[in-house]
Amino acid sequence: MRNKIRRLEQIDRVDRDKPIKFYFNNRAYSAFEGDTLASALLANGVKLVSRSFKFHRPRGIFGSWYEEPNALVQTGLRSDSTPNQRATTVELFDGLRAKSVNVWPNLHFDILSINDKISSIFPAGFYYKTFMWPHFLWPIYEYLIRHSAGLGRVPEAPDQSSYEKQNIHCDILVIGGGVSGLAAALSAAKSGARTIIVDDRAELGGPKFDNKAHISGQSIKSFTSHVEHILNKNPDCEIFTRTSAFMHGDHNFIVLNQKVSDHIHPELRGNLPRERLLKVRAGQVIYATGALERSLVFENNDRPGTMLCSAVSEYINNFGICPGKRVVISGNNDTIYILARDLLNAGAEIVAISDARKRELAVTASEFNKDLPVYFEQAPIKTHGRQCVRAVTFGRVSSDGFISALDKNKKFECDLLCLSGGFDPNLSLFCQSGGDAVFNNESSLIYPNNSPKNVHLVGSSSGIFCLRDAYNNGLKVGIRASELEGFSCSLKAELEECSDNNLGYFQPVWGLSSVHKRPKDFVDLHNDVIGDDIRLAVQEGYQSIEHFKRYTTTGMGPDQGKTGNINAMVLLAKHLGKKVSEIGLTRYRAPWVPVTFGAFAGRDLGILSEPIRKTSLHYWHEENGAIFEDVGQWKRPRYYPQAGESIDDAVVRECHGVRNELGIFDASTLGKIEISGPDSGKFLNRIYTNKFDNLSIGSCRYGLMLKEDGMIMDDGVTSRLDEHNWFMTTTTSNSSLVFNWLDEWLQCEWPSLKVFITSVTGQWSNITIAGPNSRKLLAEVSDINTENSHFPHLTWQAVNLFNIECRVFRISFTGELSYEINVPSQYAQFIWNRLIDIGKKFSITPFGTETLHVLRAEKGYIAVGHDTDGTVTPNDLGLVKMLKSDGDYIGRRSLYRSDTSREGRLQFIGLLLDERVPEGAPIVEIKGDYSSRIKTGYVSSSYYSPTLDSPLALGFLQDGLSRLGDSVQVAIPVQGRNVDAKIVSPVFYDPSGERLNG
Amino acid sequence: MLLIPCPWCGLRAESEFSSGGEANISRPYVNNDLSDNDWADYLFYRKNPKGWHQEQWHHVKGCRRWFNVERHTVTHEIRKSWPMNSSSDSND
Amino acid sequence: MTRYSALNLLREAGRLHSGWPEAWSSRDPKTSYDVIIVGGGGHGLATAYYLAKVHKISRIAVLEKGWIGGGNTGRNTTIIRSNYLWDESAHLYDFSLRLYEGLSKDLNFNIMLSQRGVINLAHTENEMREIQRRVNSIRLNGIDSEILTPEEIKHFVPIINLSNKCRYPILGGSIQQRGGVARHDAVAWGFARAASKLGVDIIENCEVEGFLISNGQVHGVNTNRGIIKSNKVGLVVSGHAGVLAERAGFRLPIESKPLQALVSEPLKPFFNVVLMSGKVHVYLSQSDRGELVMGAGTDSYNSYSQNGSFQVIEQMMASSIELFPVLSRLKVMRMWGGIVDVCPDASPIIGFSPLKNLYLNCGWGTGGFKATPGSGYVFAHTIAHEEPHDLAAPFSLKRFSSGALIDEHGAAAVAH
Repeated sequence: MRNKIRRLEQIDRVDRDKPIKFYFNNRAYSAFEGDTLASALLANGVKLVSRSFKFHRPRGIFGSWYEEPNALVQTGLRSDSTPNQRATTVELFDGLRAKSVNVWPNLHFDILSINDKISSIFPAGFYYKTFMWPHFLWPIYEYLIRHSAGLGRVPEAPDQSSYEKQNIHCDILVIGGGVSGLAAALSAAKSGARTIIVDDRAELGGPKFDNKAHISGQSIKSFTSHVEHILNKNPDCEIFTRTSAFMHGDHNFIVLNQKVSDHIHPELRGNLPRERLLKVRAGQVIYATGALERSLVFENNDRPGTMLCSAVSEYINNFGICPGKRVVISGNNDTIYILARDLLNAGAEIVAISDARKRELAVTASEFNKDLPVYFEQAPIKTHGRQCVRAVTFGRVSSDGFISALDKNKKFECDLLCLSGGFDPNLSLFCQSGGDAVFNNESSLIYPNNSPKNVHLVGSSSGIFCLRDAYNNGLKVGIRASELEGFSCSLKAELEECSDNNLGYFQPVWGLSSVHKRPKDFVDLHNDVIGDDIRLAVQEGYQSIEHFKRYTTTGMGPDQGKTGNINAMVLLAKHLGKKVSEIGLTRYRAPWVPVTFGAFAGRDLGILSEPIRKTSLHYWHEENGAIFEDVGQWKRPRYYPQAGESIDDAVVRECHGVRNELGIFDASTLGKIEISGPDSGKFLNRIYTNKFDNLSIGSCRYGLMLKEDGMIMDDGVTSRLDEHNWFMTTTTSNSSLVFNWLDEWLQCEWPSLKVFITSVTGQWSNITIAGPNSRKLLAEVSDINTENSHFPHLTWQAVNLFNIECRVFRISFTGELSYEINVPSQYAQFIWNRLIDIGKKFSITPFGTETLHVLRAEKGYIAVGHDTDGTVTPNDLGLVKMLKSDGDYIGRRSLYRSDTSREGRLQFIGLLLDERVPEGAPIVEIKGDYSSRIKTGYVSSSYYSPTLDSPLALGFLQDGLSRLGDSVQVAIPVQGRNVDAKIVSPVFYDPSGERLNG
Repeated sequence: MLLIPCPWCGLRAESEFSSGGEANISRPYVNNDLSDNDWADYLFYRKNPKGWHQEQWHHVKGCRRWFNVERHTVTHEIRKSWPMNSSSDSND
Repeated sequence: MTRYSALNLLREAGRLHSGWPEAWSSRDPKTSYDVIIVGGGGHGLATAYYLAKVHKISRIAVLEKGWIGGGNTGRNTTIIRSNYLWDESAHLYDFSLRLYEGLSKDLNFNIMLSQRGVINLAHTENEMREIQRRVNSIRLNGIDSEILTPEEIKHFVPIINLSNKCRYPILGGSIQQRGGVARHDAVAWGFARAASKLGVDIIENCEVEGFLISNGQVHGVNTNRGIIKSNKVGLVVSGHAGVLAERAGFRLPIESKPLQALVSEPLKPFFNVVLMSGKVHVYLSQSDRGELVMGAGTDSYNSYSQNGSFQVIEQMMASSIELFPVLSRLKVMRMWGGIVDVCPDASPIIGFSPLKNLYLNCGWGTGGFKATPGSGYVFAHTIAHEEPHDLAAPFSLKRFSSGALIDEHGAAAVAH
């Protein structure tokens, strides 16, 4: 069966001086550089390359490009392993390995080919009707279903190749490098418009249907090189090959996928990325996307050796391979005669040609050869053979396009069957851009309709199949598109001397007219959908085109029905007794061709997936062994373990350090906003729940910020720098949220307020020193009077530290005497180092966020986003005193709504317990027996408190503030037990505030 | 991806902007007559037209100005944009 | 009506499947009905089914402007779970999940429910805390949920990347074992078939263009196929609630946004759970056909176009490869979008509308599929008894005035 095929002379694409080796299913074969995997397999006489999805029927190469429904393979090994590659688009390099997918144990002997024998129990949608009994077996049924489905395998190792992205702006984007696309690019580029032309193949020129076609006396090949030369010389023009346009988004945003290095031998790829995603914003888009050849639907139309005519032309004219010796051609348009000519020239024997048209409508074809055995008004009704086609039987085509058996069957022995059901404009991207595709009942062809603004079609994608017309049409549309972008082109669209190829008269052929016994007449080769499945879908009421598609899975495989969808649509219309135009088309979805995940991701992976924000002290923390946590985009030191310390040990040590002596903390991640202007006080009054305009210069005040729904959004301290300048701090996670929030109110609601805001988060680093020794340290390093009376709590001073102007705020989030030293960030490390050095005599301890949390929880301070979750009001926190009684503020009105002001809301409380409980654990009360637990709240923060030498928790409890002293339980359902707890005030430590005020 | 005309910067890709929803919502004056329903209308109820929609956008990764846009919610066509606190008619 | 069973499948195979009846009958509208359901998606069909089955109402019509199940029922990523934080949501979604567990049998239609477990990942201390809160709370409500260590997650999903070189390494997660996926089209078709069998008229290509309203009461609807009268009209139109409300003369606290999803080419089974991450914002599962089904978040702007923005897909892909580096060479086969109606608190509206006789079931945002049977059940009860079902009561429209929102933004964390 595997007889190597002799290559024809005069071939364009493959380089016969460069033989290469490749492996298919672990067997070595030879090929030439320039081959695709499909052409190489054909050249080696390999007919069976895959099995079908459902029935595991033998399948061969059917197409020559992305339309291929059968020949999916897995290429490469380990990290290069790539599933579901179309053999027709894989460019070979020496040593390439490919394997069939979805076969077991092997391609030639595949156990699941039993499905083909029992296919009568697998009609469309059979799985909805069975596997329901007995219920408990469903997981086993499902296991079997899942394991028999699927194609390739996920690679074993992570991809080592890289992917890139590029943004491109151009005036005119031409998609498709065939004759009409080249003509369009030619005139567009000539006009001076920035023009890009892309083609998904390795070179421009379009598919090689007819190697005798010519323009101005030139072959298509030399015409193409001529145009390419002109375009390359034009600095305003760029050519991208191996580049597929796959999506057309809003406002002419087109996404292209360029295959950069898959075709190169791995050792020669260097640093090239594997693929590149080109995101193009184009003024005008010209689609020159060509046409797709329809297949024909008849019994056993899937046997290896059955191919599209366009594919056979391509293999002959481009790769020098004639894929058969005894050939039957079946079609309904003039291209079959061009193919017949090429096949004859290639040395094949034409056994028979079925032309669906009436004789008088066909003989006008320029290549019509009256010596050929042509059977008019006929088309195949079935093929014969097992693992490949051996013979074909013709039937009669009636004028409605359906085929019925002849009285006396005509059976022709062959080893290659070429099919052409006509060509439909490829309108997928055009439709994504907002255009329509409509089926014309008269001509039985698909036409474009409603071209969106700034989108054009040329050549066969616009229904122009004549080469000359397509060329002129391309030139004209190129000129028109340039003019729309404000360019003009002197080039006249002139009638070139040109070969007059055309499809000729077109007689549709849809399928078998009447069937019995559910023949295997495949409408969708990939998903194994047969004609009778369409009948069944209609019988069962799945009659809308979308129901039909989903029920039968027609067009839902990797080829997305490129060669079969139109036939399916017509068969559906037939069974419904409707006109095809009445049933509509399914929506064209991106991507036009499958696109690699990696290309979408590009380089936005690992540390590049999102910016990492580091404080100016980050490297000191690193050197000193800090363990970091992610807070928003920031890396914050969580704790600084010393040798052998666990997180708990470290936190206990750090807590004692702060409470008893002196701690130092990097609070630089806090959001910092400067608010300037005469109306700043008024503005802050509206933003915060409490009053700010009466704050004296040099003072600081804690503020609560609500969303308009009355729920706490953020908190922080704002200080008055001078008459018109204020300094706001926000929580780390909310810094940009708050800044944008202020900006929105100022710009959109209160533009008359004279206020200007500036984010200064990065300008200032915040070094916080906390603990009873912090005053001593500050006194030692500065010359200010640090006495309480001169520098009381909630005030700030400009302080010169080591000749650097700093702002020192006496603010405390730990409950201890504490100074937040704001330092220009470029000096932060210097000052931190000095403070650490000098602080040694006061037993200075660096502490992290975990310790900060323990200390603030001991003090009953909330952490926004930790204790609050967007459903907590100031009243719930017991912070009524923070709500000013005069004047409106954001969120105020919401506090008076019936639910927000009702009894029984969750209120903020403290809990004393015997062990540390998980944060988030529910608070329950047992009414009666254990099973009737009632959830009355939850724990929001929970720590072991070194200061109290006891676990403590903060949380929310229904009416909690009036229940101090009661006992409740904290439930830990994941451990199946409860922990006793006593409700206490959330302030566990220094309730009178002596320490921070002292 | 939309191409949005910022009144200050010209046409820019949508990824530079953040959407702020319906335009021209003004905050009600809060007094005792303002019912829970009135307040809910301001807080939560939004125009959601299938067709032309006036909305506000923030050029957050650009000039940081808020401005108004009239966009069709089916075709995504944008027919005008104008600065905040100016009339939509002045920019035709 | 022929029952669906293996036996009947064999019997029909013998006669070339010529005997299967219509799954449902698509009917022409009558002039009046006891109840009209506007919207032939999963929720609408389920409502009609339970109205007929549980409440024995005989004259019911489902009006669908296109083809049934053609809205978000046929466009979602088919995830089913009930691990919601707030009790109101947890009870409703778990009720729905319990109905799902018996649905194939109840409808005699295999909806291919696959309870393969839903994993939520945590990438920060804050997310770990949220997971603790949620799992404990859910367990207290009698719903299954467990906390997982990174190693345990790896056991479920061997291809996951636990490296600390990730931008946001995985710190842990949770799993609801009863969660999973189902075949979305089958849910719509199964309900349609069962409802049709009980006499419900399913009327496709019938668009409601207006409502017959007098004195604040609805008496029927005006459609492109004529006037249809009824003193009970239920509005169940995901993605178009705002448009229909406008036709009835009121506004809803709903905005409609695009939500995108995609599938890869089919692969042999390698991903046997549903996995969601809020931090890096992606959710994935593998369908029975072998396609990897992936979804992301909504776009930020209002739209009815079913086209989302490309950067959403780019980000979702980067997140997926970050979590699962071996996916990099897979290929996207099909991308699509739906329109989701989002409420300010990411919870639905079920109950009365401002008009008498007009009932609302809308605003399911990104998570309506998992609620399909439960939503239909409680909505049917609400319409039949003219009083909200206990599980539906908290989801009234009134909550937007009172402030009693059921804020699942933090709790859901990720669209799905």
